[in-house]
Amino acid sequence: MHSVIAIIRRDLLLAMRRKSEVLTALFFFIIVVSLFPLGIGPESALLRKIAPGVIWVSALLATMLGLARLFAPDHADGTLEQMVLSPTPLGLLVAGKIVAHWITTGLPLVLLAPVLGIQFDLDRGALGILVLALLLGTPLLSLIGAIGAALTLGVRGGGVLLSLLVLPLYVPALIFGAGAVESHVSGLGAGGHLSLLAALLALAVFFAPWATTAALRIALE
Amino acid sequence: MLTATGLSCVRGERRLFAGLDLAVGPGEWLHVQGENGAGKTSLLRILATLSPPAEGEIRWHNEPVAALAEDYRRAMLFLGHHGAVKEELTPLENLTLAAQLDGTTLDAATALQALVRFGLRGREDLAVRFLSAGQKRRVLLARLAVRKASLWILDEPFTALDVKAVAMLSGLIEEHLAAGGMAILTSHQSMPLPNGKVLSI
Repeated sequence: MHSVIAIIRRDLLLAMRRKSEVLTALFFFIIVVSLFPLGIGPESALLRKIAPGVIWVSALLATMLGLARLFAPDHADGTLEQMVLSPTPLGLLVAGKIVAHWITTGLPLVLLAPVLGIQFDLDRGALGILVLALLLGTPLLSLIGAIGAALTLGVRGGGVLLSLLVLPLYVPALIFGAGAVESHVSGLGAGGHLSLLAALLALAVFFAPWATTAALRIALE
Repeated sequence: MLTATGLSCVRGERRLFAGLDLAVGPGEWLHVQGENGAGKTSLLRILATLSPPAEGEIRWHNEPVAALAEDYRRAMLFLGHHGAVKEELTPLENLTLAAQLDGTTLDAATALQALVRFGLRGREDLAVRFLSAGQKRRVLLARLAVRKASLWILDEPFTALDVKAVAMLSGLIEEHLAAGGMAILTSHQSMPLPNGKVLSI
């Protein structure tokens, strides 16, 4: 457990020293979400309808931006080898890295979403559901993304391949995440969608670190 | 005691080496020699359990390393071509974080002492990317000094080091051997260390 906390701390420290990478994804999210109301114009009914989808798609793309750099620097400077050789199981260390990735990319999106949602004239209840859905969904994006990042590690032109690999896997998160807000707005209640999102997250928490570890071992051989 | 029997390594279509036997006992060191591309690094990576051998078996104190897993990794320290040194962190942070990844703790005073020993006094709070290539390697040497491992597997440890640092590293390895440690290393330089064996591939 000690080394897992150490790796989370290390990755957060590295993110602090390389602020531009984190901020790029964040500004990308803010700008893309803000462009839609400007482009579509002040039709509040239409804006309310497209809001969940726009925010979720932007969140997916913003998460994609930093994904290629999840394992690449560690691979390049030999830290990944040392992680494999650490007495701590690699799966735990990988889980630590995923947690750090979520804190630096997923969590800021969750915190920013309600502010950006105001541009789409979402009411307080819908904003709450949006935050809740993102809180369940963004860790899922980090977990699934880690598998893709590990599989494309060391592959030339890996960035494009990563998008092709990961974006289809993000579809369930997108459908249930955006669906939660939509069904709340239409009065059906968001419980079902959020439960499914939580179930997906639970599944990914068990499966993704294991799959990522297996992929990393193949990349290192 | 590390023994390996009948090791062979295949990279793509090419067989780099086959039927390789080696044994390193306490206080001994093995100098792996060979031309560029002969498979020295591949051999070290196999010994470090980073990649599996195509054939053959590695034993640590007469137990197969595959069965030992964690215990072997705790007793072994591998330093590859890349130093596993983070450019954005300071030498001090690099040392303490590497120790924590190994599941041990390293207090700042000990880490600082090791850095001073390798001539990095006054550089401990400077990000590593501001250091020269040789100074980066010295951070690694400090890591050798603070990590307790009985088997060192070092890939080209003398690269980018100046005369003084080469002497320091030789001294460090000598101390390690005198304390009953083992070392396996590749180098194109000849090394005046006692109890050495040469393995040519």
